[in-house]
Amino acid sequence: MDRLIQILKDPLLIAALAILVLLGAGELLSPGFARGDQIVRLLTVAAILGIVAAGQNLVVLGGREGIDLSVGAVISLGAVIAGNVMSGNDAAILPAVAAAAGAGFLVGIVNGLGVTVVRIPPLVMTLGMMGVLQGALVVLSRGVPSGNAAPALMAFVNQPFVLGIPGILFVWAAIAVLMAFVLRRTAFGWSIYAIGSNERAAVLTGLAAGRIRTILYGLSGLFAGVTGVCVIGYTGNSFISVGDQYVLPSVIAVVIGGTSLAGGSGSYTGTILGAIALVLLQSVLTTLQMEFWSRQVIFGATLLVLMLLYGRQARLRV
Amino acid sequence: MATLLDGRLWLITLTALLVLVGVNAALQPNFLEPSVLQSNLTTFLPLVLVAIGQTYVVLAGDIDLSVGAVVALVNVTTVSVIAALGGDSQSVLAGLAAGIGVGIACGLVNGFFVAVLRFQPIVTTFATSIVFAGLALRILPDAGLPVPEAYWRGYAGGLFGVPTVVLVLAAALVTIAVVGRRPFFTRLRAVGGQRTAAFQTGLSVGRLRIAAYVLSAVFAALASLCLTGETASGDPLMGQTLALSSISAVVLGGTALAGGVGGPFGSLLGALVLGMIGNVIFFAGLPFEYQTLVQGLIVLAALAGGVLVARR
Repeated sequence: MDRLIQILKDPLLIAALAILVLLGAGELLSPGFARGDQIVRLLTVAAILGIVAAGQNLVVLGGREGIDLSVGAVISLGAVIAGNVMSGNDAAILPAVAAAAGAGFLVGIVNGLGVTVVRIPPLVMTLGMMGVLQGALVVLSRGVPSGNAAPALMAFVNQPFVLGIPGILFVWAAIAVLMAFVLRRTAFGWSIYAIGSNERAAVLTGLAAGRIRTILYGLSGLFAGVTGVCVIGYTGNSFISVGDQYVLPSVIAVVIGGTSLAGGSGSYTGTILGAIALVLLQSVLTTLQMEFWSRQVIFGATLLVLMLLYGRQARLRV
Repeated sequence: MATLLDGRLWLITLTALLVLVGVNAALQPNFLEPSVLQSNLTTFLPLVLVAIGQTYVVLAGDIDLSVGAVVALVNVTTVSVIAALGGDSQSVLAGLAAGIGVGIACGLVNGFFVAVLRFQPIVTTFATSIVFAGLALRILPDAGLPVPEAYWRGYAGGLFGVPTVVLVLAAALVTIAVVGRRPFFTRLRAVGGQRTAAFQTGLSVGRLRIAAYVLSAVFAALASLCLTGETASGDPLMGQTLALSSISAVVLGGTALAGGVGGPFGSLLGALVLGMIGNVIFFAGLPFEYQTLVQGLIVLAALAGGVLVARR
């Protein structure tokens, strides 16, 4: 019995069940909701959230209240940079990806140095960085939408690539495999869990916690920059606040996926399920053809119910 | 120096504020005229109030990301109640009371989820903010619904020659002082500093955390009523940036996000500093497109500087 409860409390299982229930509900409400091409469409949206959540996941795993609130501004930055580098030219896609990812990585490293060297709390550091980037975006784009996606990039994100599946989903799958491999099969991956769960012990065993954590923030920026490229590929153009909508959902996807905000425990597999569940939930609510306000209220309430299932903190004991 | 600053990190914030006031007065010759000061205070007051409330939550080791949505929900409630009751002076009072009541309810909801059900504060208050914002859109789908003249004239005017905004600020200061002298305040800091120890000494940790969330939401409600006096109408999207700005103000005021250290007076100064930074940049004659960037850099530097000083 205890074992059964243990299994039922597994965040991965809860998220997977939530996905199935939502798919079933969607199909009931609007037949055809769970059709193959619809699911591919949903997964495309989930991929954009999932890629930025990969970086968020790393930062959260690294512990010491790790969180990256600057990802939204970095996504916008990545989208604006990529859009201007490409400006509709297929040949410039790879340089655009490199520029966006590189800019994101640099921003992340600055975040990481602020958190580890200056020891600014992550929430404050990344919040401050968000303000700086928003200003930088105004300077960069002079406040008007600028740059546009190359046709090949838009096709890669939106159109079937191989087996009817868009290219972005292959990218996401590759990131998933890479994340799982790095987290579970490399010394770097295990050192993330080590500094996240017990930093003192990790430092005493000789791990350079500061350097590892700085890299994690760098990677979060890198993933956010890449997400920016995906966003401009998805919508075709960019504006300077295009990434704002991803900030807190990226944290929620991580939490719903079973990664503890205290750090040191969780997996990217869970975050993937969390991202899919979030996108599905929004999609089901859209299908309900309710007014915007009631969709919002139900969305928030569902998040609270999900928290009830496993987001609770330890009870205080004497 | 070290002993003087011990527990008085707001002195640094105060110094920064005075420097900013000096710079602003130099850049903007009429800055110290009463009418200009009053209009500046009118602009800064909502953030000041929200930041004061946020401080209590942060002191208890939690965080409240829902204050912006509370501002919106209180605003639409107040203007709707006033409109429904006909718009005379009694209906204005009823609207104000309804707004505060909604604030208290929001705080209780946040406190219940975080302190009783033990949900993670960041995610929880984000989720409740989605719900509150949704309800605000239900009550008033589009911006509009002007408030009666008595309301905004009263807010822009004053009582016995003292501007209303100054009275509100004074009332906030008195509240800070009164709350700060109660055992509640010490207990709250104990809860944020060492939660387990606080629990073991017999403090009702849950009730204290709920009280902090209620205080935060009530201050957000007051901020909303002030904003309503300024804009004189309803707006379901009001106050969206206030949650994150209030956290910056709290940190600038020397309160540790880890909880337990600091106080609302510092946050009040921090909010004024944030507002003054914007002012100074505006009057420094920078090209318009660089203003946000410079402001972001200064705020980030100030946040980093504050943390460095606090660590000492």
